[in-house]
Amino acid sequence: MKGLKIIVLAKQVPDTRNVGKDAMKADGTVNRAALPAIFNPEDLNALELALRVKDTLPGTTITILTMGPGRAAEIIREGLYRGADSGVLLTDRAFAGSDTLATSYALAQAIKEMGHYDLIVAGRQAIDGDTAQVGPQVAEKLNLPQVTYVEEVISVEKSAIVMRRRLENGVETVKSPLPMLLTVNGSAPECRSRNVKMLMKFKHARTITEKQEATEDYTHLYDHRPFLYIREMTVGDIKTDADQLGLTGSPTKVKKIDNVVLQAKDAKKLNTSDEGINDLMRELIESHVIG
Amino acid sequence: MANFYNDNKDLKFHLSHPMMHKLVSLKERNFEDKDKYDFAPLDFEDAMDSYDRVLEVVGEISGEIISPNAESIDAEGPQVVDGHVKYARGTQENLDALIKAGLMGITLPRRFGGLNFSIVPYIMAADIVSRADAGFVNIWGLQDCAETLNEFASEEQKMRYLTRVVHGETMAMDLTEPDAGSDLQAVQLKATYDEKKGTWLLNGVKRFITNGDGDIALVLARSEEGTRDGRGLSMFVYDRRSGGVVVRRIEHKMGIIGSPTCELVFKNAPAELIGSRKMGLIKYVMALMNGARLGIAAQSVGISEAAYREALQYAKERKQFGKPIIEFPAVFEMLSVMKAKLDGSRTLLYETSRFVDLYKTYEQISEDRKLEPAERNEMKEAQRIADLFTPLAKGTTSEYCNQNAYDAVQIHGGSGFMKDYPVERIYRDARITSIYEGTTQLQVVAAIRGVTTGGYLKQIRVYEKAELKPELEKFRRILISLTQDYEEAVEKVVASGDDEFIDLHARRMVEMAGYITMSYLLVLDANRDSSHLRSAQVFNKMAKGEVKARAEFIRASSIEDIGLYKY
Repeated sequence: MKGLKIIVLAKQVPDTRNVGKDAMKADGTVNRAALPAIFNPEDLNALELALRVKDTLPGTTITILTMGPGRAAEIIREGLYRGADSGVLLTDRAFAGSDTLATSYALAQAIKEMGHYDLIVAGRQAIDGDTAQVGPQVAEKLNLPQVTYVEEVISVEKSAIVMRRRLENGVETVKSPLPMLLTVNGSAPECRSRNVKMLMKFKHARTITEKQEATEDYTHLYDHRPFLYIREMTVGDIKTDADQLGLTGSPTKVKKIDNVVLQAKDAKKLNTSDEGINDLMRELIESHVIG
Repeated sequence: MANFYNDNKDLKFHLSHPMMHKLVSLKERNFEDKDKYDFAPLDFEDAMDSYDRVLEVVGEISGEIISPNAESIDAEGPQVVDGHVKYARGTQENLDALIKAGLMGITLPRRFGGLNFSIVPYIMAADIVSRADAGFVNIWGLQDCAETLNEFASEEQKMRYLTRVVHGETMAMDLTEPDAGSDLQAVQLKATYDEKKGTWLLNGVKRFITNGDGDIALVLARSEEGTRDGRGLSMFVYDRRSGGVVVRRIEHKMGIIGSPTCELVFKNAPAELIGSRKMGLIKYVMALMNGARLGIAAQSVGISEAAYREALQYAKERKQFGKPIIEFPAVFEMLSVMKAKLDGSRTLLYETSRFVDLYKTYEQISEDRKLEPAERNEMKEAQRIADLFTPLAKGTTSEYCNQNAYDAVQIHGGSGFMKDYPVERIYRDARITSIYEGTTQLQVVAAIRGVTTGGYLKQIRVYEKAELKPELEKFRRILISLTQDYEEAVEKVVASGDDEFIDLHARRMVEMAGYITMSYLLVLDANRDSSHLRSAQVFNKMAKGEVKARAEFIRASSIEDIGLYKY
């Protein structure tokens, strides 16, 4: 059978796993300047899953779609180094302040402009918001079947896909018609390393905005290396209703943010008798640490 | 995210050596590949940027995959299944990661699918991988056998074999036999030409073969019936797909356990001749060994790095008598000396790599066009220095990595003797470096001519004339005085006219040359970047003591001493 056209949804996120003391601002919001921007970890799992489909199904193409500021083009380059074929950066001031609803709306509208596709793959959730809403919402807006928590694609048949999902108490094998959207769990295989030939090939890949701002003089290169062109989409390139974009289109309102600093204040000595253990268990249950 | 390249600024420092401009420009023939290959560099800066980015990938795989796998590979080891090697699980995982990342055939020309990198970043990659797992680096690093094929095989053979190496097939060099170790002239594996089959057939036994079940093997065999010395030996390439070689056993080793050391039985194994008959040992093995020795030097430096880092971390964390043990002079002196030895090893490694790279690149260029007289001279000079420095680098770095591993265990105290800390494995892994690819004693044999004919002295004089910042002048003064001691010692020993007396002091004299050379190189490093000043100082102090001690030993030695030591 012929290859699939896959779109991988990816997000550039602040690296919240390596949080230093400057990670939060005084007002309780994330200090993005102090955290390195990285490829959202579960989106990397998603990319690996797509790459494995490509490995087994020649002719498959992978396009990375990311929404974010200009610097998010780095995510697309990181994808190209690992075997993605192309990328689209969806970027516009009009998208600023989007919550998951406005984000999924913008992504869905962009996907409609991207032509035929068979499969959309997204990471389960991003480490900055942890909502796990964008993937499913995109599926709803595009009227696609969706499968969440996928770990592995088992087989691709003519207009159907079989995959394994990770659930709380086990695994489930499900079959879905194509086209469809799936979200990938962090327990799926880790993404492969960058391939060094791809790295050298695509390191000069730029969006049109980046090219205009470029300081290095490789502009002549882009004329005879069309693969170095990263497609940029702005709000003008997609059909949208302005009320559903950015802050206006985001019903989510942040009520309050608490800056919680976890610290152990005093130690408690417990004895190792059954009674001591019972006391501990009772205390943990009462404080809702367990149970 | 552990990255063994990004976390070590010394690597970037050596990669940015001023000589790289020349090496890269020559290697890339003024960047003519840029219109043929979409990953070829556009100019010098672009090439250096690619080296840097590719090494970052090597560093990431080393830190994230290879290093975490080292412990389980050491415990599990490879096995023989049905006459073939099955790697430990982690070994296969490491290999797969490096292959997928495209890190095979790093120095090979692009027309075979290689990256056409200078030897310097390749050696740096080996340095990085060795720090992660010294046993694993052997399997991956045997790709430098491909360099020998690239140098001596026919274009048609290169096209068939090198393209496979870049796709991840592993290699082996089958030289040693039960009765032919250091003395390879005694190789007995028989090669006979079968007229009917139209192929060479190999019969016999090879022993201690690293990655002996590799996909493509270079085999040294006796093609000339009735001969007994090196002139009857030829080089063959054996393709594992042809069959005919069985792995009889894997040795149980002290260290580098993940690297399968095989005993091989050849039974009518078909093989192809490489280059000309009878040149196997005389020409091809020498080239192969020189490449391999540089590889072992890189491995040794990587092990030194690992040992130093483990020791440093432990010394900062371990508290005794109310403070971290790094605050005790007995410990901090050890650590500083370890770092100085590490830095001395590394600077010698990259100096050697640059000269090897320079002459090899000129050799490659000379296949396409006639070299200008000035280029010819430069090639010859580079080869002369490379031949001097390769045994010196292999000998020195391997001895230092053993010393550093020893001290790293010592700093850990009782804990270092337990399997709970990586230093125990590092200590075992280090031990082989001063033995294989020629023992330290054999490196001395290869180096001693550089002592007696003034080769090292000539290069020391070159360093002596380098321009230095005023604050570094004092090191030059000390080194000039040590060079005087060295000259006098050599003069005295050579004047005896007795080969046995020269051999008795050979190691001492080679080491004196090594101390002075490394000390100069570290001063030059400090001249380029002041962060190297500390190691330059510590090494200089050590060099002074060590050179003086050897000078005094030789001053007080007479030819009668031979009798004192002889059995």
